[in-house]
This record gives sequence, structure tokens and C-alpha cells, in this order.
Amino acid sequence: MFQEITDKLDAVFRRLRGQGKLTESNIADALRDVRRVLLEADVNYKVVKQFIADVQAKAVGREVLKSITPGQMVIKIIFDELLHLLGESHVPLKLGHSFPNTVLLAGLQGSGKTTLAGKLAVFLRQRGNSPLLVAADVYRPAAIQQLQVVGSSIGIPVFAQVESDVIKICQEALDYARKNMFDTIIVDTAGRLHVDEAMMDELIAIKTLLQANEVLFVADGMTGQDAVNTAKIFNDKIDFDGVVLTKMDGDARGGAALSIRAVTGKPIKFIGVGEKSDQLEPFYPDRIASRILGKGDVVSLVERAQSAVDAETAHKMQQKFKQREFSLEDFFDQLQQIKKMGPLQDLMGMIPGANKMLKGMQVDDRGLIQAEAIIKSMTPQERRSPQILNGSRRKRIALGSGTRIQDVNRLLEQYKVLQKMMKQMKQGGGLARKMPFGW
Amino acid sequence: MLSVLSKLQKGLAKTRSDLVGGIARTLTRSPKIDEAALEELEEVLLSSDVGFETAEELIEQLRSKDRSGLTTTDSVVEIFKAHLIELLDSTVQPPRPLPVPPQVISIIGVNGSGKTTIIGKLAYRLTREKKKVLLAAADTFRAGAIDQLAVWAKRAEADLVSSITGSDPAAVAFDAVRAAKNRQHDILIIDTAGRLHTKTNLMEELKKIHRVIQREIADAPHEVYLVIDATTGQNGLTQARQFAEAAQVTGIILTKLDGTAKGGIVLAITRELGLPIRYVGVGETIDDLELFDASQFVEALFR
Repeated sequence: MFQEITDKLDAVFRRLRGQGKLTESNIADALRDVRRVLLEADVNYKVVKQFIADVQAKAVGREVLKSITPGQMVIKIIFDELLHLLGESHVPLKLGHSFPNTVLLAGLQGSGKTTLAGKLAVFLRQRGNSPLLVAADVYRPAAIQQLQVVGSSIGIPVFAQVESDVIKICQEALDYARKNMFDTIIVDTAGRLHVDEAMMDELIAIKTLLQANEVLFVADGMTGQDAVNTAKIFNDKIDFDGVVLTKMDGDARGGAALSIRAVTGKPIKFIGVGEKSDQLEPFYPDRIASRILGKGDVVSLVERAQSAVDAETAHKMQQKFKQREFSLEDFFDQLQQIKKMGPLQDLMGMIPGANKMLKGMQVDDRGLIQAEAIIKSMTPQERRSPQILNGSRRKRIALGSGTRIQDVNRLLEQYKVLQKMMKQMKQGGGLARKMPFGW
Repeated sequence: MLSVLSKLQKGLAKTRSDLVGGIARTLTRSPKIDEAALEELEEVLLSSDVGFETAEELIEQLRSKDRSGLTTTDSVVEIFKAHLIELLDSTVQPPRPLPVPPQVISIIGVNGSGKTTIIGKLAYRLTREKKKVLLAAADTFRAGAIDQLAVWAKRAEADLVSSITGSDPAAVAFDAVRAAKNRQHDILIIDTAGRLHTKTNLMEELKKIHRVIQREIADAPHEVYLVIDATTGQNGLTQARQFAEAAQVTGIILTKLDGTAKGGIVLAITRELGLPIRYVGVGETIDDLELFDASQFVEALFR
């Protein structure tokens, strides 16, 4: 998701590293590039201005010029400042002992509140809560049905009423939750413009009635400069507790995260990374800051992998990895594991340096399925020693897997690239040990 | 942290009119456009999501202009505005001859950009023009999308072809084209599911929908409108590139212009892809759809 910004910063830093000594003027050059990178990432221009000024003040100081590796120092300053702006640590949902706890979702139209409501319900259920979804969007056609469908698809009850008074709905939802032992209600409100006074008043009234434990501002991760305006006004009106950035599975660079955080001071708590009900991730500022700076998000990747890969397979893989044996059979096992972990593109973004190495290589889930078919059509011997794959074997495999010989060739090429990548990673040190599986 | 925040919050109090006012002051003092004025002009563009590159280029063009005639406040801002209007208008093509009915319009875009709502408004506009309009609910993915379109169809007095959630969107589109031909509709508008332009499989699905339509009407869809949310940042340009690659996009519909977002990204889109902006969405009621007006749009950037 932060791929482009990462690539660009990478280039900037390579230039910085290449220089023996930093001068005021080349720091300024680098910061001009950083400014551009941040602006293109949709960070609000005022936030950028402040950010650059802060970094400059720190970077041009003596501590940097006198340090042994000035390039590293500047990177550290930029990283620290990014972290500083994003918030230092992950802030969890603030659910108390109210009965029921209430989570209120608010935001502009189309920011993804209803989808998020479903994801949050699943998240809370996993934590042992018993959530109830409340349909409080009485304006948009079929909004209530949408939440009902979402609820039934994940097996979470939805409180909905044919009623145009939102306050009444919320009151009855509270009663219903108490009577039926739901410990948390998630209220999905109508999308509204921050400049719509009447609608904002409604939101205040809902918040007051519910005594909401957690008011979440839901913002589209693709939002541009206006993020500061909407976030500021929503915050002024309803004093929200946290932010959820949605649609972060696209290639938007998510600069809105920085902007919103900067103008409201409120933490970003989750990011939405897909349309499925489990595609919600806690927001870890340090990880995102790392990702922006091209260090890769090893920690996220590891955690995600751990939940999907069973330990034994991981261990076996690690051994192979160390011995630099990596047959097509292993490749196949890897594909199975990877499929469990979610879209490949997301995963690649988290691996340090992978963006660079894989540039131009098609990373596409459908490719996985095809690769599977091709490998399945090989004999065990072929999988173990791919070098024996001559023309006629390749032809047979293509026929057997319903693909073309070119596809078989391409897979073998990719397999070779992968082998090479692993060697590089091993030489690069560190990475292989940190990761429980071969990628 | 606090100091950064408070500085920033103070900074935000400075409004856009202050920015433009700043340029005005500079000019009354001196007939030259100084660097500070240009920087402020650039900030107006940046704050509207025009984007760094486009903003730089536009400013560069202004800088290289002969400055001798620039003496008053108005002239520099006005020259600049005129330039932007020209850029936007340059993509407007003369209206194409209407096809043999039904004319097929496909509405595409990322999730939450406002496709379904826009279709309701567009249908209403067309039925007011005494056109017989058919809507196709080819968003079979999002929960509630079909019901939502059904409500709009009723409000706009348009007909509807739909299937159940989870069915093949291309099949719905195909049925709709057939129905439009048989029942002699003037216009068929197809509501597609929101899709992020990075999802290869969903972009393929979109291509398939259009291919299937072409089996029935060779030159359809006659119009493919890409819906862009005015709050979108620089990702809008990537969206436009990818969608234009997957489909013959013929124009942009800019939605949610009734907030504080200026939708400046369309300047970048227009400049790079030459796509005209056709309509703008300015509210939630059924007649809140307007034809795009370049000079109004540009005025709003500076407001």
C-alpha cells in the first residue's frame, strides 16, 4: 500500500547514503525530495511544511554533521519525526465496563462505515465479546438492508427498525442489547458531510444518548488534502476517540493518516485492507513509518504469517532455507501457506527490499492458482530436480495443467528468481532468521 | 508532539482567501510576481489536490509568461484561472451523434465513490428529458447495492433489470442489453460494483462485462463514465490510468463536490489523460447533478 512512496524515499536515501559527508545544501536537496514524496502521498501541504521544517532544524544541527554516518542520522531523524506525527504506539479500542459498551462509527459518505461495522463485529467476537450491530442510517436507500446482509453473512445479529428517528432507534437498541445480553453495540450511522449542520447535530445527539465508549471517525485511505478539514470539524463536533483508515488495500499512499493525526491528535486505531470481514488490521504507527521509509514491515509480516503457518512447516522451511535447498515441492508448499495469508500484493509490500527486486514481476493471486496447477502436473522427480525439465516434459506439463508451455517456462523463471532472491536475503543477513517461512 | 500540533492547528486557521489575499497584497506593492506570490499560488493548487507535478508545471507556465502587462491583483489570478479553464475545456469534444437506441452508459469506479447515487440522479435527469431509461444492477457484490439501485429506479421512474446478489454481473448486463433492445429503451445505464483499480481480477471482470455487452451491440458501451470522489487525493490519477486502460473511459463524473474538497485531482487527470469531466454531483437529492462547468470549477478552487 505504501509501495510508491517507499520506492521514492528509497531513491532519496540511496543518494544520501552515497555521500561521504552531508552539507546543509544536500540536506536541503534531500528534503525537497522528501517534501515531494509526502505531497504525492496526499499528506496535507501544511503538515508537510511543518514536517520539513522540523526535520531541517534537526538535521542541519551539529549533531548530524558531526556524527559518523550522517546519512543514517538523517534517515533516523525523518523516521523519528514520521513516528512522532503518526503517534508513538498502538492505541487499542477503549471498551469499558458499561453495559452495553458502545462503539459509534461516523464519517463521510462512502468512507466504508458499513463494511467496517461488520469487520469490527467479527473482531470483537474473536475477543470474546457478543456484539450487536445497529442500523442507524435511515437516509441512504437500502443502507439498512446492506448492514443486515453484512450481519447475516458473518452471523452477527443486526438491530434494525422501520423508523425515521435515529435517536429512537439508538435508545431502543440500547434496551434491546441489555435485554438480550449483548455486551457491545456497534452503531453504523449515515454518511454525512462535515458542513451539514443538521446532520452533525444529529451525530452529537447520538453520541450523547449512547454515552459512547468509543467514537471512531472512518476515513477513506485515498483521501487527499481535504482530510484535514473533515477530520478537524468532525473532531471539533464529536470529539472522536480514534480513526479508522479504510481501503488501504489499494495503492493509495495513505498520507491522510499523517494529516488526520496531525490536526486532531487522535490515534489511528485500525486500517481496513479488503472487502472481507477479517481484513481489518490494528494500526501500528512504527510499522507504517518503517514501511514508508522502505525498511519493510517485517513485524507485521511475521505476525500475519504466524497465524496462518503452522509451526512445523515453518521450521522445516527454515531449515531448507538455511541449506539453500529450495525445490519446486517447497515452492508448492509455500504457495499453499501464502494463499492462507491473504493477497500476495499486500504481503510483498511488507518485505524489506522486495519491492525493488520484484519490480515488473506480476504479483497476482491468479498466477498462484496457475502455478499450483503446473507444479501438480509434474512428477515428484521433476519437482525435486527441475533441471531435468526438457522440452517434451514441459509440453506434457503444459497439457496436463491446461496451460501453455510459455506459462510453464515463466513459472520456472520465477522459481529461479525466487531462489536468487533467497540467496540475496540470506546474504543480506537477518531477514531469513526473522521470518518463519521462506519468502 | 504538542508543539507540532498547535503550530499546525494555528496554521490551518489561515484560510484560502488569506492565501489569495496574500497574492493580491504582493501585487499591489509591486507589479512583478515575486516568488512568495507564486508559492502561495502553488499552495492554493496543492490544497485542492491538484498534485505536486501538475501544480509545479502550471506555476512554471505562469512564471514564464510575459509579466510586463501584470499590474493589478486581478490580472495574475485571472490569467491563471483562464489558463486552467482552457486546460479543462480543451478536452471537451463536440457531442457525438447518438447511436441507434439503446445508448449504453457504463458507470465505473472505486468503492464508495458514489456510483449508485449518481446513476439515480442521471436516470432522473434523462427521464425528465422524456427518455425511456433502463437501469442494470450489475453490482452483484456489495450487500444492499441492488436494493439501493431499485429505490433510485423507482424515484427516477426508470425500469430496472436485476438478479440476485452473487450472480454474474456480466450476465445481468447481457440480460439488460437484451431487455433494452426488446422493450425499446432509449438509454441503458449499467451500475457496476466498486472495485479498487489494483485488483487485477476485478478489472478483468469489468472488461468481461463490457465484452459481453459488445456481443449484443458492437459499439457499446457508448459512454463509460469513471466516477471520482472529489475528496480523492493523488490516487485519483492512478485510478483514472488503470480504469482507462481496462475500459474505454469517455468521461469523468466528479462526485461529492458539496463538501469542502475541491476535486483538483481532475485537473491532473484531464491534463494527463485528456478525459473530459461530464457531470458533477453536488448533493444528496435526486436533482443534485450538474453539467460540468470549467469556469465555475476553477472559481471554486480559488474561493
